[in-house]
Amino acid sequence: MTASSALSFETVTETARTPSRPATGRALSVTLRRLTKAFDGGEPVIRGLDLHMPAGQFVAIVGRSGCGKSTLLRLILGLEEPSAGRISLDGRESRDTGALRRIMFQEPRLLPWARVVDNVAVGLGREGSRAERRERAREALDEVGLTPKADEWPATLSGGQRQRVALARALVSRPALLALDEPLGALDALTRIEMQAMIERIRIEQGFTAILVTHDVGEAVALADRILVIEDGAVALDVDVDAPRPRRRGDPDLAALEGRILDQLLACA
Amino acid sequence: MADSALPALARSAAARPARPAARMPRWLDPSRLIPWLVPAAIILGWQVAGSTGLVSTRFMPAPLDVVRAGWSAAQTGELWVNLWVSFLRALAGFVVGGGIGLAFGLANGLSKLSEKLTDTTLQMVRNVPHLSLIPLVILWFGIDEGAKLFLVALGVFFPIYANTLHGIRSVDPQLIEMGRVYGMNRRELFWRVVLPGALPSIFVGLRYGLGIMWLTLIVAETISANSGLGYMAMQAREFMLVDVVVLAILIYALLGKVADSLTRLLERTCLAWNPAYRNG
Repeated sequence: MTASSALSFETVTETARTPSRPATGRALSVTLRRLTKAFDGGEPVIRGLDLHMPAGQFVAIVGRSGCGKSTLLRLILGLEEPSAGRISLDGRESRDTGALRRIMFQEPRLLPWARVVDNVAVGLGREGSRAERRERAREALDEVGLTPKADEWPATLSGGQRQRVALARALVSRPALLALDEPLGALDALTRIEMQAMIERIRIEQGFTAILVTHDVGEAVALADRILVIEDGAVALDVDVDAPRPRRRGDPDLAALEGRILDQLLACA
Repeated sequence: MADSALPALARSAAARPARPAARMPRWLDPSRLIPWLVPAAIILGWQVAGSTGLVSTRFMPAPLDVVRAGWSAAQTGELWVNLWVSFLRALAGFVVGGGIGLAFGLANGLSKLSEKLTDTTLQMVRNVPHLSLIPLVILWFGIDEGAKLFLVALGVFFPIYANTLHGIRSVDPQLIEMGRVYGMNRRELFWRVVLPGALPSIFVGLRYGLGIMWLTLIVAETISANSGLGYMAMQAREFMLVDVVVLAILIYALLGKVADSLTRLLERTCLAWNPAYRNG
């Protein structure tokens, strides 16, 4: 993996001149209009949210636990029904965009009884023949540097490798929108940094819109074009991050931004 | 070729230093023989006790007598006929009872309506010891094949039903959500997520079911039958042929062991993904 990511950093630096919005690849824009969500008639978790995420943007949503950030992600993905308001993807009501939207969960959620390559092929659904699906799954595995593990059982992989398989599964159908629900939360610090670099590289290659939910402000600052701080179901802070990529950890400007966002999060305690 | 084999050889030699370098058949490997020492000693002691008159052979035949009884029963063909009859009964009862149990387990695990409709009833019936039904079953079916089939099927039904239901209920809901998000329809969800997830539990039911199958069959054949292993044992008792009685008991034990080994083999093939079953 180390070799391939070192290589990819080269390509990253080249494309990074124009801030991370490639012309190739498909991407969806996401628009929320007065979006509200309450569970079983209780207090609303999301309160009348108005938001527009342009196609190809990398948006990070940060907030304290229970602020509604995961619910927002699930609403956008269609895993929950909004109580009121509308969600449109590329100007259309968000029904049946299927393989265009993909999610990576906090847990890898791999099928333990399927080989790694077949787990990735799950992302292709019923598209094409089985052999074709496997072929494409192998390509996606190559992208995350796990080709040698294609025929292993998930139980033999490490936590980071499993999450990379989950990433390959999310990306194999070339989605236009990738939602990331704290996907790196359970990984150790070094693996997390490697995974962040990998996600950044692949997104620049494929150009999809990405929405990352995280409580790690440093991660949001390292990856996102734009950071939204959610408090009590509403946007408390909306900042653009236009630092060039790849971003260096410990950069003073980024550290200042991180501090500002943390202050905002801590102030509402 | 010798070169490429070298490291592997060196590794296995390091892992098992006790193994002699010379090519020795696997069954002669001392570490494989150790588990058999105790049974061999028991049989030897038993034989000595029998032939020296320490234990009366009227109550406990010596091992050689049992072997001889087995040999003559095999030669007359009586043993094979009885064995075959018992095997068919066990198989038929198991297939019928296990099939119905699996069907109800799947239905009740997948459909709330079906579960509400039948689960309470089934749980109530479960509390009736199925062997207590023998008098009733004899009244209904006589000592026909129907009686044995019914009892075995009833005995096998519950462990398979309960474990299938449990297996389906304990499938990780996060995996099911993942399947939905990735566009699986109900059919795919069942074949790719729910059933493989429930399989380890279904296998537990299978093994319990096999145990109950032999138990029920022995009791049923001993009480009411005119063929089969249990019948053979009861006939032998009438004529005080203790060696045949012991032979029948040993054959039952052997059949149980064979059934268990087959299940293990099946488990290891079907559940190869699960580290708990690999090379287990």
